[in-house]
Amino acid sequence: MNDTPNSFRNQPDDRGHFGEFGGRYVAETLMPLILDLEKHYRAAQADPAFEEEFNDLLQNYVGRPSPLYYAESLTEEVRKDAPEGKGAQIWFKRDELNHTGAHKINNCIGQILLAMRMGKTRIIAETGAGQHGVATATVCARFGLPCTIFMGATDVARQKPNLFRMKLLGAEVVPVTSGAATLKDAMNEALRDWVANVHDTFYIIGTAAGPHPYPELVRDFQSVIGKEARAQMLERVGRLPDMLVAAIGGGSNAIGLFHPFLDDPDVKMLGIEAAGHGLDKEHAASLAGGGPGILHGNKTYLLQDEDGQITEAHSISAGLDYPGIGPEHSWLKESGRVDYDSATDKEALDAFQLLCRTEGIIPALEPSHAIAAVTREAVKMDRDKIILANLCGRGDKDIFTVAEALGTEI
Amino acid sequence: MTDRLSQSFPADRAALVAFVTAGDPTPADTGAILDALVEGGADVIELGMPFTDPMADGPSIQEADIRSLAAGTKTADIFNMAREFRQRHPDTPLVLMGYANPMTIRGSDWFANACVDAGVDAVICVDIPVEEDESLGDALRAKDVAVIRLATPTTDAERLPQILNNASGFLYYVSVAGITGQQQAAQASIEEAVTRLKAGTDLPVAVGFGVRTPEQAADIAKVADGVVVGSAIVEIVGEHGKDAAPYVRDYVKSLSDAIRTAREI
Ligand SMILES: Cc1ncc(COP(=O)(O)O)c(C=O)c1O
Repeated sequence: MNDTPNSFRNQPDDRGHFGEFGGRYVAETLMPLILDLEKHYRAAQADPAFEEEFNDLLQNYVGRPSPLYYAESLTEEVRKDAPEGKGAQIWFKRDELNHTGAHKINNCIGQILLAMRMGKTRIIAETGAGQHGVATATVCARFGLPCTIFMGATDVARQKPNLFRMKLLGAEVVPVTSGAATLKDAMNEALRDWVANVHDTFYIIGTAAGPHPYPELVRDFQSVIGKEARAQMLERVGRLPDMLVAAIGGGSNAIGLFHPFLDDPDVKMLGIEAAGHGLDKEHAASLAGGGPGILHGNKTYLLQDEDGQITEAHSISAGLDYPGIGPEHSWLKESGRVDYDSATDKEALDAFQLLCRTEGIIPALEPSHAIAAVTREAVKMDRDKIILANLCGRGDKDIFTVAEALGTEI
Repeated sequence: MTDRLSQSFPADRAALVAFVTAGDPTPADTGAILDALVEGGADVIELGMPFTDPMADGPSIQEADIRSLAAGTKTADIFNMAREFRQRHPDTPLVLMGYANPMTIRGSDWFANACVDAGVDAVICVDIPVEEDESLGDALRAKDVAVIRLATPTTDAERLPQILNNASGFLYYVSVAGITGQQQAAQASIEEAVTRLKAGTDLPVAVGFGVRTPEQAADIAKVADGVVVGSAIVEIVGEHGKDAAPYVRDYVKSLSDAIRTAREI
């Protein structure tokens, strides 16, 4: 569409813009703080001790590197329905094996180290599925900082196990009742808390969105996924995968997987949004069904009406139930480098069960959307092709939701 | 346009800047409420554009936004309210206040033209700091619509000149780091801040956030060029709904009386 840039990996510019997206759309009260955060982040990037501590915690506390796994049984299952000679190999990056059960912890480790460098003594975060809330509560427990987690009341009800985990970890969880009482509303409330407590509080944003420098630093912390996967692929099969697939809520696990591969022209990438009940009904696919707008500190694709009022998202997966997307994805879509597609609640539920049965892995509902897309794509690709999907979370937290959706009582 | 605004800050007393949410409780009710603000003695009107996600607002204005949007308020309705207000009150400046997305969704030129067309004098956008000014400010200035900047307790001396650059109308000092409708700042800190801000600009300095009582308004009026009151008015609308106008007028009059005599005592 646009002129192809020399590199897809040198965004954002120094004002935090990814093309026309991103930026710093925050109240003046927060502006000095995010400028200060940027300054500290630059200093941390230049400090080998920061990287060393980050890597040490990822290795010994989180359990990285996460395995790269060839899902042979799923591949065989998919091949049964594939035309002759088709059915690509399906591989998973096993970030669901991380401590706390999702990729969210990678980012939380990075941000809490930054918070401590800045001398902040209190942590806040928003959470949807509760995975980011649990990861934040975990690092706060580890480093002895008090934390307050904002969670939509709807999500509190549908992610009870994570609610309890956060409490066990010592976090205060504040149920948010405004709006549809989901992730967007939790983020509004976190921003309100932050603006009133700028002097001592650090906001650990859970996805690659928000005002600059958050989209950049969350991406950088999550890029450990793609860096490991790239090296592991080269070591195991001696070449890069043909396609990467990841589910997209705000887009942090996806950008973490994609970014290290963006300048490998032969690697295709597919981000999967949540199509909810269907793209013509209620859904959470802001790229497919939204347009550019400004919310939560950045310019990006949003679900909105013609007056710029934000419309409610819907997904069976609390972690994807957000009417926006990180700004780098908006830019990658417009630049044509990454393709975006979607999967419905039903497709995700089917894929969830398929993975349980074929691989003995219970995935979270978020990556189940990616798995649904993988099965769709694999049957179209030759058998010697490789699809690598990000298995970014485990499904323990979702068993109640899935049971209800399947009409089973537990 | 900007003239109407600058003339509303008299030299001998502070101006009263009054905020209400457009379309609360319904678009049909806003006209009478705006008239009540003027009758009560407000010098400048801030008309809030409701937004689904008012991140900088406390519960009172959040609820007002929800009431307004639930009543079906559209951007076109808000500009109609402004246009009709302008016809009824040719001399009272009207400022639109709100969030970036509803203001920029059709493009900044569209918004600037709509402001001119409806007789809007100035715009305050909560979530467009100077760093992103070009996404709205250029278009407004090109049409002579004032771009009102916010300064806060976190705005330090180094940053202040950036904020004042290209600011017009008046300077809005948000006296507490926080959301609307909560506690008020200490008088001493307000005085200190206003002195600091006035050293850097000839624009009138209006102070807001957390102002509720005539006494608080009078205290601020002793040191600042303007006093902004929002949540307290919005709460009256919330309580009395369609019948709010006379209550709003009486309350605003109590503020206005206090401000008018503040510097005599
Ligand atoms: C397991 C899992 N995957 C994905 C997401 C979506 O976030 P993101 O798009 O930032 O990876 C979440 C969010 O809660 C999650 O818990």
